[in-house]
Amino acid sequence: MEDTLLLVSTMASATLRVATPLVLAALAGLFAERSGIVDIGLEGKMLGAAFAAAATAAVTGSAWLGLCAALAASTLLSLIHGFASITHHGNQVVSGMALNIMVAGLCPVLANAWFRQSGQTPMLGQQARFGPIALPFAESLAKVPVIGPLYSGVISGHNILVYLAALAVPVVAFVVYRTSFGLRLRAVGENPEAVDTAGVSVSRLRYQALILAGLLCGVAGAYLSTAHNAGFIRDMTAGKGYLALAALIFGKWKPVPTLLACLLFAFADAVQIRLQGVPVPGIGIIPVQLIQALPYVLTVLLLAGFVGKSVAPKASGIPYLKER
Amino acid sequence: MTAAPALDSAIAPPQGGRWAIEAVDIDKWFGPVHANRDVTLRVAKGSIHGIVGENGAGKSTLMNILYGYHPADRGEIRIDGKTADIRRPSDALALGVGMVHQHFMLVENFSVLENVLLGAEGGALLAEGRGKARAELERLGRDYGLEVDPDAVVEDLPVGIQQRVEILKALYRGAETLILDEPTGVLTPQEADKLFHFLRVLRDQGKTVILITHKLREIMDVTDRVTVMRRGAVVADLLTQNTSKEELAELMVGRKVRLGGDKAPANPGAVVLEVQDLHVNDEQGKPRVRGVSFNVRGGEIVGIAGVSGNGQTELLEALGGIRPAASGRIALKGSEVSTRRPGLTARILRRLGLGHVPEDRHRMGLVAGFAAYENAILGHQDEKQYHRGWLLDRARMVDYCGEWMDAYDVRPGNPLLEALSFSGGNQQKLVVAREMEHTPDLLLVGQPTRGVDIGAIEFIHKRLIAMRDAGKAVLVVSVELDEIMTLSDRILVMFDGRIVGEVSPETATERQLGLMMAGIAEAA
Repeated sequence: MEDTLLLVSTMASATLRVATPLVLAALAGLFAERSGIVDIGLEGKMLGAAFAAAATAAVTGSAWLGLCAALAASTLLSLIHGFASITHHGNQVVSGMALNIMVAGLCPVLANAWFRQSGQTPMLGQQARFGPIALPFAESLAKVPVIGPLYSGVISGHNILVYLAALAVPVVAFVVYRTSFGLRLRAVGENPEAVDTAGVSVSRLRYQALILAGLLCGVAGAYLSTAHNAGFIRDMTAGKGYLALAALIFGKWKPVPTLLACLLFAFADAVQIRLQGVPVPGIGIIPVQLIQALPYVLTVLLLAGFVGKSVAPKASGIPYLKER
Repeated sequence: MTAAPALDSAIAPPQGGRWAIEAVDIDKWFGPVHANRDVTLRVAKGSIHGIVGENGAGKSTLMNILYGYHPADRGEIRIDGKTADIRRPSDALALGVGMVHQHFMLVENFSVLENVLLGAEGGALLAEGRGKARAELERLGRDYGLEVDPDAVVEDLPVGIQQRVEILKALYRGAETLILDEPTGVLTPQEADKLFHFLRVLRDQGKTVILITHKLREIMDVTDRVTVMRRGAVVADLLTQNTSKEELAELMVGRKVRLGGDKAPANPGAVVLEVQDLHVNDEQGKPRVRGVSFNVRGGEIVGIAGVSGNGQTELLEALGGIRPAASGRIALKGSEVSTRRPGLTARILRRLGLGHVPEDRHRMGLVAGFAAYENAILGHQDEKQYHRGWLLDRARMVDYCGEWMDAYDVRPGNPLLEALSFSGGNQQKLVVAREMEHTPDLLLVGQPTRGVDIGAIEFIHKRLIAMRDAGKAVLVVSVELDEIMTLSDRILVMFDGRIVGEVSPETATERQLGLMMAGIAEAA
């Protein structure tokens, strides 16, 4: 009993930690794609933000300044994507992919030039990272059966960015469904002409959406390098941006289902970490590489077969040009 | 300056009234195309003002300028006598100009209420404006007879109601001047009548309506004044009561037009198409054609009249080999071509001597992104004449296409242009050229002149009659009663998947046909 509870609470806690950047990036993608801009550059934005956060934190010793730098870097990348795809009607996939490739190359080069540590930033000390926060009563409640370990072991003890991500889901849902901005956002991804003829600027709306996407990706990137890890390493996003995009599709471009999809992917990841080197009854030890592929295999399976009818915003990916 | 066109009482607004909206010396270029040339339009407050012109005459461009969707290159807009700086739709909306576009500007998966709110939410949170909009919609619905369920999702509504939502959107934004671009294209005659009634109510309340249409009868019915445009310029501005359909048609096209046209009596020969007890279902398996029998002889034009959606589309598709029939018999020149036989596709039918101008040229008649010369041989691309060895003979295709473009007056006559860069009328002429030039014995024609300007209508009608006179069989399906009456030697009326009667165009009246189309009366 005690063991099972401990296992559950460790797994749940790990799932939350892995899910945080996925949720933030997926919500970023939600803003972008609901506005009609395909955002395959989530990966690059997150990676750029991770580097900016780690580099700034390493120099200044402040995790918060690092976060600010991450927000700025990621928003800048988002605006470049907007400039190419909104102002100049470029192909959104090409523009996003170009950002990914550029960032993947640029960050290690800059890291090399500034820190001389073969493409990494220096290890960050405790001060320069977001540390765990013990929620009120975590200590005293820990002894209460069942609820205690869950509260103190799963819910309490994360860094602030995890809670921020958790808070982001209801906030984004509120913005998308209950505000005028949300109405316009949903409309512009479906029929930009309707928005234009209703007297609302399509470009402005899409830029706004991309800025929001940039900010959310910035938090995700800062989380990776200054909370979850202690520094930037080459390609540290490892496809999380694409995974977030998959979760967004799986979640049908809606906030809560997208959150659930992220949790599912994160759980698969937590399982694969857990299974590494552990003998499975009847099979023995499964090669690590095979286990590590698990979340990605799951993604492919889910997207290929179990999503059901997932209809993207109708105008997604189509540059808006006025009809003659 | 060219000689003064037929402008009567042009300058002063009638009876000391005011101009609601004025466009003065508007000029607009789209790349190399001069879409509006020094256009001046004055619309009196509290009137219904019609604008007519062929496709590409610049009507929609002018309206889009008034609405701020496309800013003008030069010229001035005045609203209520004051110079207005309209550069985007929000400027026009703020000045009380609303527009119902030809293609509806609705978010299909939104509710009616959400569509009305879009752009006029009245606060950062939706809840604030929602209650007000709901009450206002109810009031507008009551006052104007425009009731709509505010919570209905737009994509579930029929087009007539969707148009109502568009009008409500404009009224909700406080439109004093309402621009309607080809509003009746999607409506049944009854719905169009209702719309006109509503426009008169609006006018009587002092609002101003600008109506763009290519249907002259609508202009004569409902407008107070009419402006005629041709090739980007205004050629006439007339009081409706002082003009006639014939005069308007001539002004639009720039030469005398024979509305109706005349033709020699038919000389029917052998039966070319024989249809017996044909049943056709739609995708959902719902019966759409329910036991239809008729035949078409060489040297005659048979017209099928009916309100859209009574099985004509499915009938035509089954005859064209695009849709399998559920049961029944189709014989072309005596040989049975039951479309249930697998493999008997449109291609084989073409080889047997069938030509088909489909109802929807965008979806079936053309490939928009292909060049004209490629479109000109589609469906016949396997024929030897277009090949040199293994390869398509591009030079020859271009040659043929160029000849046909001359013969069918397709403008601009450049075979290398993409199909989508032609106007609707010219696209249709290209499709008609392709089908006729491959010398069919039977030509199926669906909506021969839908979205086509007067000049092209006249031309296509002439060609169809010429084809008949050459002894070919022609089957025309059209929802335009005028067209059916003009072209046909025999008229079949379809209602609810059945042919409810056959009449002769000489003796039939529009009223009688209308009643038959509504399933009320049988053939006399």
